[in-house]
Amino acid sequence: MKSKRLSESYCLGIESTADDFSVGISTFDGRIMANVISAYVPEEGGIHPREAARHHAEVASKVLEEAFMKSRIKPRDLSIIAFSQGPGLGPCLRTGATIARALSSYLNIPLVGVNHCIAHIEIGKLETNAKDPVTLYVSGGNTIVAAFDSGRYRVFGETLDIALGNCLDVFAREAGLRQKPGMPFGAVVEKFASKGTKLISLPYIVKGMDTSYSGLLTAAVNLLKKNVYRLEDLCYSLQETAFSMITEVTERALAHTEKKEVLLTGGVAANKRLQSMIKTVAEEHDARFCVVPSQFAIDNGAMIAWTGVLAYKHGIVTPIERSFVKLRWRLEEVEVPWIR
Amino acid sequence: MDKVKLPQLIKKGAEANLYLAQWHGRKVIMKKRLPKKYRPSKLDEQVRVYRTVHEPQLMHEAKKAGVPTPMIFLVDVKNATIIMEYVEGKQVKLLLSEVSKAERQSFCFKIGELIGRLHEWGIIHGDLTTSNMILNSEGKIFFVDFGLGEKTKELENRGVDLHLMKRALQSTHFRFAEECFKAVIEGYANVMDADSVKSVLDKIMEIERRGRYVAERKGEKA
Repeated sequence: MKSKRLSESYCLGIESTADDFSVGISTFDGRIMANVISAYVPEEGGIHPREAARHHAEVASKVLEEAFMKSRIKPRDLSIIAFSQGPGLGPCLRTGATIARALSSYLNIPLVGVNHCIAHIEIGKLETNAKDPVTLYVSGGNTIVAAFDSGRYRVFGETLDIALGNCLDVFAREAGLRQKPGMPFGAVVEKFASKGTKLISLPYIVKGMDTSYSGLLTAAVNLLKKNVYRLEDLCYSLQETAFSMITEVTERALAHTEKKEVLLTGGVAANKRLQSMIKTVAEEHDARFCVVPSQFAIDNGAMIAWTGVLAYKHGIVTPIERSFVKLRWRLEEVEVPWIR
Repeated sequence: MDKVKLPQLIKKGAEANLYLAQWHGRKVIMKKRLPKKYRPSKLDEQVRVYRTVHEPQLMHEAKKAGVPTPMIFLVDVKNATIIMEYVEGKQVKLLLSEVSKAERQSFCFKIGELIGRLHEWGIIHGDLTTSNMILNSEGKIFFVDFGLGEKTKELENRGVDLHLMKRALQSTHFRFAEECFKAVIEGYANVMDADSVKSVLDKIMEIERRGRYVAERKGEKA
């Protein structure tokens, strides 16, 4: 197995931290062979961890099968299994981890536990060819500004309470908007915001390098309930305020680290307005603006597979007895030996 | 703004540009908050004006609390510019990695005392990092950059302030962040009463336990 060429060695990655169950397959030299995603869309309300986990268990075999079909790879061709070990929702993580352990022991190949946040950064670097960026990772569960320094990714700024994506999602739900597959809440808010014209004053909260979105959300929801503003204007003002806050923090990290690339990744990276703000800041600091392609912006298995490859090539494996999931695994706890 | 000579850009920060200038025969710092193209102009103006007005007020208050800050000479709200004393000295950020462990701890203790005085007086700095502290030739530590600060005695804000200090130490001085923060807290405890110190420490723990800051919670020990 060791003597196989990199382009013919494969890693299968399983992602199941929140509402998406996904399986990706990557070669050891970073070619993505498959990336199948099945999203759990709740009837109403937010993600119920147990319901999401049930969804993952139900679709797992179908998603796996499709990944093998698309990549034209047989299970026996795999060299390693990677899975997202955290951070995320317990029941969801455990479902993915169970499948990963089963595959690893059945095929008798190594298991590699991957940090979900690092995987978002690594897939962004792979797809945009960024080498050493300041990364803004924004999604429904995370809002982090990170950059590599001395063996690890360091967190320069983050949210002190809820994630930016969560703020947009909850607002959309409160406004009675509906999401559907291919059109998540963030995209619905973006659509309304693009028709907004009036900027309504909302709390702009930056503390040091950190942001806070819970106060902004409460203020926006209160205005919504007053029924005096157009929803388009509220969505516009919410987006402008929330994005300006995180862009300010990103700019601080950029000024502080003097890095020459900015990478935007995670589910909210698909938002065109956020992209344009970050691009403006990048240009002002002579940094290259990189944004992850949309199929790798949301949670996906390909990013887990690729990060599994990076870790494995540097001797990292996760024995089954140490493969328990880590619900609050911070990215700066992870040694990153594959850089430099 | 007359008689400003030789403005020389010395720091292009994320939030403001700092220029070294001559003003009525004095060496001064001109802090100019430039418009940010990424923000809508109305929001941008609100943010810049707010900070330009509040920063000098807080710096003035800080002096009353016994915390050295640069003297304010002029506030030009229209241009979002503050002209203040140029403090000759060295950034604590650069200092910490150059000195001995004992000196480092004594600096951090002193910093903790200064933070304690601010909090006691009802001031939150809002951006406590070692790049916002300058040691002058007389051995005084000056605090600068109060743009994100506020006037409050709320426990929550005090907790976040110290938490940010801890985070700043971890990201820029990760090799000795722990000993530094310990000394900061010792200094803080030297000026604050024991009850306040206890409740702020509990608060920091609570902030860290809100979910985003620690891996090790009950049942999840790595």
